[in-house]
Amino acid sequence: MTTVAAQVGALAARSVTRTARQPAHAIPPLLFPVMLMLVNAAGLDPSTRLPGFPTDSFLAFALAVPFIQGALFSTMNAGTDLARDIQTGFLNRLSLTSMRGSALIAGQLGGIVVLGVIQAIFYVLVGFAAGVDYASGPLGIAVLLVFAAFVSVGFGALGVFLALRTGSGEAIQGLFPLLFVFLFLSSMNAPRSLMEIEWFRFVATVNPVSYLIEAVRSLIITGWDAQALALGFGLTLAIAVVALALASWALVERLTRT
Amino acid sequence: MVERPNTIEVEGLVREFKKGPRAVDAIDLHVDAGEIYGFLGPNGAGKSTTVLMLTTLLPPTAGTARVGGYDVVAEGPRVRASIGAALQEAALDPLLTGRDHLRLQATLQGIPRAERKRRADDLLERVGLNEAADRKIRGYSGGMKRRLDLALALVHRPRLLFLDEPTTGLDPQSRTALWDEVARLAREEGVTVFLTTQYLEEADVLANRVGIIDHGKIVAEGTPEALKAEIGRPSVHALPSDDADRGRLAEVLAQFGDPLTEVTKDVAVRLREGVAGLPAVVRAVDAAGLSLATLEIQAPTLDDVFLAKTGRTLEGAGENGASAAAA
Repeated sequence: MTTVAAQVGALAARSVTRTARQPAHAIPPLLFPVMLMLVNAAGLDPSTRLPGFPTDSFLAFALAVPFIQGALFSTMNAGTDLARDIQTGFLNRLSLTSMRGSALIAGQLGGIVVLGVIQAIFYVLVGFAAGVDYASGPLGIAVLLVFAAFVSVGFGALGVFLALRTGSGEAIQGLFPLLFVFLFLSSMNAPRSLMEIEWFRFVATVNPVSYLIEAVRSLIITGWDAQALALGFGLTLAIAVVALALASWALVERLTRT
Repeated sequence: MVERPNTIEVEGLVREFKKGPRAVDAIDLHVDAGEIYGFLGPNGAGKSTTVLMLTTLLPPTAGTARVGGYDVVAEGPRVRASIGAALQEAALDPLLTGRDHLRLQATLQGIPRAERKRRADDLLERVGLNEAADRKIRGYSGGMKRRLDLALALVHRPRLLFLDEPTTGLDPQSRTALWDEVARLAREEGVTVFLTTQYLEEADVLANRVGIIDHGKIVAEGTPEALKAEIGRPSVHALPSDDADRGRLAEVLAQFGDPLTEVTKDVAVRLREGVAGLPAVVRAVDAAGLSLATLEIQAPTLDDVFLAKTGRTLEGAGENGASAAAA
């Protein structure tokens, strides 16, 4: 293994270890989205009787949301962890080693991806337990896990950028409600085609989170929807590229080492 | 590959912060290979800023510095590969164990996988953390954190070691243990040590040479013995049995040397004739009919050196510095 790969692995392992040793950080991102999904499913199940609703199980429809919501939670935690490293001087300790700057970002993201995929597996199992029939089959579930990894990289890089830029865990926590606004103003609870309030449909249409949810949803309830998957993967990739560029720039600004 | 010297060479090093004073103001210094150099000064004097520049974590505004034979600006990665550093805050991850930290540090320093475990075990043994190695850091005492911090700085066998106030807040036993290990590193392994401290005793016991920094400038440099010899004469400190006699006692003692105005508890003068002048002091006090509660003769200390060079005691300078910074 090359030195850089070993550095990435060690930093990713630290990130996973930290999360595993903080149940208060690890469990809410798993359970809270499921609880919200169950509450929504209980209240909104009658909406499946609307003409044009794509499935007769609201639970199957809503199962896509925890995948994205869980990723948002993890982003916050990852960003907060890195900000704490900056505040406590741990980043200085890392800076004094032969660690490459790229290894810091990659290691941090590596940990987020591992946790993101574990979360996704958990939600897949929740779906099975709730009787959801995955329309795209085992291969679709594999694609779903890959998508979860992509989403983790995109949102994770955003968290890393915010941490490096602000150096404050509190500032990152303060952005949490904003991410929830993005989630609630998406197609999380209804297909965009059935939204009758025009402004809401417009906001949901321009909101990238809608397309991430719809990509996951297509694998669960539709089967193979090339357009939904292309939009989901494409947007995730775009978010990841932009966020990684921002994170790299912020790292250069943050690490003043010569 | 040409072997580089384990030295530190600094010329005209400056660090200015935006809208702030010059934290480090054109300092020059030289530290020899295998030497322990004590960098002494009050809070806010510029010690830590100097360390950050010498360890490549902060670019200088002006001047040059070569550490281990490498330029800190142009050859940062080579400098970092040559040095170990324990900065002012022992920045450790409370959720990781001591062993986790050592493994992470060893990996980031590029130590081969096969050697990492052995190196971690050796260092844990050396700093006396074997039993606590698999406990999370949040259960460690301040002394244990400092010892682990030192072990982390030594993972890659550095040629030079920077310790920024390594014993601040430690109990005397932990402090002595750390001093012993630092002295051993310099003596047996030839490691050059740059040590900042605000403890006079630490500099006196540990350092081969001392630099005193105040307001970003080095105001004195030399071996502790030479610096104290420069001040030269011992001081006599007396406390009258009756406090009402303080004025008369001060008049009597003033005949034998310069009053030490910074000393508030006793009446004290720096003896003009050194120790030889003490019998005359005793006779004069007796002749004046003064009764003394205590009478002591004190050899010059590094605090006397600091006082002579800056007009303040080291302790008072720290407080003044803090007030000035707050202002």
